[in-house]
Amino acid sequence: MAEKYVGRSVKRTEDPRMIQGLAHYVDDIRLPDTLHAVFVRSIYAHARIKSVDVSEAKKAPGVVAVYIGQDVAKIGPVPCGAAIPDMKLPDHRVLASNKVYFVGHPVAVVVAEDKYAARDAADLIQVDYEELPVVMDEEKAAAKDSPVIHEQFGTNIAYKLTAGEGDIEAALKAADKIVRQKIVNQRLAPIAMEPRGVLARYYRGEQELTLWTSTQIPHMARTSIAVMLGMPENKLRLIAPEVGGGFGSKLNVYAEEALMGWISMQLDRPVKWIEGRRENMQATIHGRGQAGYIEVACKKDGTITGLRYNVFADMGSYFQLLTPAIPTLTGLMLSGCYKIPAIQMNVTATFTNKVATDAYRGAGRPEATFVIERALDLVAVELGLDPIAVRRKNFPAPFGAENPFKTATGLFYDSGDYELSLKKALEISNYDKLRADQKQARSEGRIVGIGLSTYVEICAIGPSSATPAGGWESATVRIEPTCKVTILTGASPHGQGQETSFAQIAGDHLGVNINDVTVIHGDTAIVQYGIGTFGSRGTAVGGTAVYMALEKLKAKATTLAAHLLQTEPGKVTFADGKFTAQGGKSVTIQEVALAAHLARNLPPDMEPGLSATSFFEPKNFTFPFGTHIAMVEIDRETGEIQFKRYVAVDDCGKVINPLLVHGQVHGGIVQSMGQALYEEVVYDDQGQLVSGTLMDYALPRATMIPWMELDRTETPSPVNPMGVKGVGEAGTIGATPAIVSAVVDALAPFGIRHLDMPIKPEAIWRIISKKSAGAA
Amino acid sequence: MIPAQFDYIAAKSLDEALSLLARHKDDAKLLAGGHSLIPAMKLRLMQPGVLIDISRIKELSYIREEGGQLRIGAMTTHYQIESSDLLHRVCPLLPETATHLGDVQVRNRGTIGGSLVHADPAADWPAAILALDAELVVKGPKGERVIASADFFVDLLTTAIQPGEILREIRIAVPKGKFGQAYVKFRHPASGFAVAGIAVSLVKDGAGKCQSAGIGITGIAPKAYRAKGVESALKGSAFDDKSLHAAASHAADGVEANADLFASGEYRKHLAVIYTRRAIEEAAARIR
Amino acid sequence: MKTTINVTVNGVTHQSEIEPRMLLVHYLRDALNLTGTHIGCETSLCGACTVMLDGQAVKSCTLLAVQADGAKVTTIEGMASGSNLHPVQQGFWEHHGLQCGFCTPGMIIAAAQLLERNPDPTDEEIRHGLEGNICRCTGYQHIVQAVQCAAKKMQSKTAVTS
Repeated sequence: MAEKYVGRSVKRTEDPRMIQGLAHYVDDIRLPDTLHAVFVRSIYAHARIKSVDVSEAKKAPGVVAVYIGQDVAKIGPVPCGAAIPDMKLPDHRVLASNKVYFVGHPVAVVVAEDKYAARDAADLIQVDYEELPVVMDEEKAAAKDSPVIHEQFGTNIAYKLTAGEGDIEAALKAADKIVRQKIVNQRLAPIAMEPRGVLARYYRGEQELTLWTSTQIPHMARTSIAVMLGMPENKLRLIAPEVGGGFGSKLNVYAEEALMGWISMQLDRPVKWIEGRRENMQATIHGRGQAGYIEVACKKDGTITGLRYNVFADMGSYFQLLTPAIPTLTGLMLSGCYKIPAIQMNVTATFTNKVATDAYRGAGRPEATFVIERALDLVAVELGLDPIAVRRKNFPAPFGAENPFKTATGLFYDSGDYELSLKKALEISNYDKLRADQKQARSEGRIVGIGLSTYVEICAIGPSSATPAGGWESATVRIEPTCKVTILTGASPHGQGQETSFAQIAGDHLGVNINDVTVIHGDTAIVQYGIGTFGSRGTAVGGTAVYMALEKLKAKATTLAAHLLQTEPGKVTFADGKFTAQGGKSVTIQEVALAAHLARNLPPDMEPGLSATSFFEPKNFTFPFGTHIAMVEIDRETGEIQFKRYVAVDDCGKVINPLLVHGQVHGGIVQSMGQALYEEVVYDDQGQLVSGTLMDYALPRATMIPWMELDRTETPSPVNPMGVKGVGEAGTIGATPAIVSAVVDALAPFGIRHLDMPIKPEAIWRIISKKSAGAA
Repeated sequence: MIPAQFDYIAAKSLDEALSLLARHKDDAKLLAGGHSLIPAMKLRLMQPGVLIDISRIKELSYIREEGGQLRIGAMTTHYQIESSDLLHRVCPLLPETATHLGDVQVRNRGTIGGSLVHADPAADWPAAILALDAELVVKGPKGERVIASADFFVDLLTTAIQPGEILREIRIAVPKGKFGQAYVKFRHPASGFAVAGIAVSLVKDGAGKCQSAGIGITGIAPKAYRAKGVESALKGSAFDDKSLHAAASHAADGVEANADLFASGEYRKHLAVIYTRRAIEEAAARIR
Repeated sequence: MKTTINVTVNGVTHQSEIEPRMLLVHYLRDALNLTGTHIGCETSLCGACTVMLDGQAVKSCTLLAVQADGAKVTTIEGMASGSNLHPVQQGFWEHHGLQCGFCTPGMIIAAAQLLERNPDPTDEEIRHGLEGNICRCTGYQHIVQAVQCAAKKMQSKTAVTS
């Protein structure tokens, strides 16, 4: 098979519609007679609802219906797909009825002829609350004297979990040194640029409900919402149209989705709800929210012998789809790219009066990477060693299919050569020169720092045995009679570009032009069951399913071609869209496609048509890795941080489209810059969301970030035939520790060994001015 | 995202706007560029019954030089100021300030008058207006009056404009002699408003000494202010490092500073001092 | 109380009866069904709703439709001439300047405004010119490259015609 497309920076086939404003996101889909819904949400973090008066709202012009918690009691609870032994599972309903437990908790929904009328009527609803004491800190929430959010549990502790292998006590006892540090991964808001949105239409005659919703998991959402609504799953058609970013926030099943379906069934009219940005910040899941304490056992030479991470994980006030599972992903990745014989994570997951945390780009792995990379830096500082030397000391030797690397967190990494990416990043950044520049700068009184992170992540999620609801992915590939190729993928891309990269795979496989390939996704009535797009799985699992289906398809086409050529399949070669027999006679794939559908001349026992489906079950996760290097300079007078260099060398296995890979890495790094320097969800001690609009929650803008110098190494994964690993979250995982490390390194002369994120100029100014004052 | 209902009237002249304002009184709000008002209305923090649109009044949109004064109509957009050749030539502080304001879209639409009257404590214009010792011409039912910029900002979101009055024009004496100006800003990473914004206008005398200094500071306090202590300390100095440092140290004297998620009051006051020195340095370097 | 407006959008003049409080973005999307203009925030900070109003890029979520009475509006749908993409659109396509595409219409309009005023911008000037537009996907680097590419295309086009 001559590769024509795979490996090339092919322009995206999805772009023409998007750059012309012709793509259809949920709010762009228009149905006649659509009603519009607006929610009334709690203004308190914790309160008892004494009464809700909707009488005025019901009378308001244009209002068709108003519903409160009691009205929708028949709708099943918002699902949690993850289970931890002995975890407490709050009964989370689509509307609050007795109590509200976070600011933004929906209390009532107004449905009106247009959104203006619905919004006006929402102001007429009177909710009488009795305020209750709030629980805002994940650590204090576990204290015996804390107010309790869910009375039935008698505690705010959602679960406790210990994970890891090896004798950590012995490691700590035998250590030359134990390095300790409190490490916080602050709450972040995913902020997909398209907020959530749902359009529901019930067809009474057919008893079918169609839901258009901005989701990353159309099939799993369909199953869950059908259960919530008590309807047959195959009567619910769920469509994820164009989805304007997810970053994990749409890897979920939300109250509003089921509720819109239910309302459409009640009123027999289409109903639409489009989330506002303030709602999005209040009521769409947040990410991160871990405050932990590390103990690192090490030898004098920098060998790490053990790691303990005691962490309080902030669940928020209830569970969304994967809320309790996120810290377990942190536990899996605590070993980073290092040989550590003993690892133990002790999680105390607590309820707080905030919106639920869940998967935000990286989902538990950025937390782990931040912990282990900070740990390596701290070990280097405390032992007076070079941070690169400490990393090299603990790297495993290159490994692959024959000798996978086993960690004390119970994983077998598929393939890796950590020295390879490290070496390349050091070369590209001219690291020795950077250090010399830093020395020179320091001698001039400037504050300059260099930070590095060598990371590994877990992708291609994942084997079904290790995931809550299936870790496989599906694909159907059809060759139509006119030789157009249709791919139905169970993945649900929303910006990653798989309409293009999957077409590239098919183009090479079948020798067709990628413009003749259409990739269909997101519609449960068209596409066979699938899992969805998250966990950097789209290409590694979804793409592999496409590959497998193509293999099956080609086998059938070859058999048919051999039949047409009056020879045996083993004697036919396929190249450039042509099947050629040994004598030189050939048929094109077009001719084969047509023959398969005309079915006048098929081999005995061959079914007509040319279509194949694969459900690909990966045998393992994949483990991409890389090295990121940041150089920063700090304004001595104000503490402002400026990037001088940013170099990233990532290894995501084989690459199908380098342009798309760069795009993923860029975006991920910038979200890391957000976490490291700017972003933070802040609730005050009354539970009010202080960072509730983009006026207060700082997203990186073009002016705030540096030029990124990207390169890569290619270590194929043995887990799938294409050797791909996944790249969607790499930047978000690898970059954060490098940036923090650079700032910490800059401030090392001021006695700094660690800083909490986001690192704001004021905090740096305080460090500098304190030291200067002390010196004077 | 959706404002409450209101009536809308587009005034064709200033006098029509004044009479509409007289008729609707407190129930009315004036709509200029709308970049403070409409977001507040969308969040329903403001629910006026009547919007009087004055942004289309041609007689309020101009930049001209007249009798040694620059005259800028209140409805002149930030972008008109940013791109004015006249202002670049005779008073570059104004276009420079405009480039720091919001973003391109906001500058295309927002007006200097709207911004001044809103008196956001972190808006950019007030700093420049104070540094330039501008006069603000307002018109009301009883005719026109002129308010000195130093008297214009009264408190948080409050100006000296009385009910029934409309800001008509901003007047600035055309800088004469050897002068240098600068606006420097520490931008809030989320909102883009000034955490500290310092506008400086310096005039040098024949002996190379500071003849006069205007320093306007925004972002620090509930209202923008003139740093009088800095101005008087600068006067007569030779713009040497030592005197600049000494002068700038007065930038937040007696100020009760704002605090938000991003910066405490203490830090803001520190930024005021540092950025004031930098702004003076920049302005001094530009004197010609 | 409704009011009548006349607005020319992408070359077509519309007369509409609207509530004065109707936002321009809602008018374009809901009354004219031009859904390429998006809404990404409520506070005039994200730029997804950017359109051209009489040749100036504005945030259509911070304008009332009545304020556009008598004006010419260009939305993303009006950027290409027929099947010829605007050079900025071409640049975004060639340099992978978009992923989920939601911010893209506003980003393209803002970039077009930038190049109109500054045909040969530096990297820094591009970033400054796009300060009013947030993209959560791309990290902006490909967008900067897309605008550079568009600048070159527009310059060579000018060179040919002049």
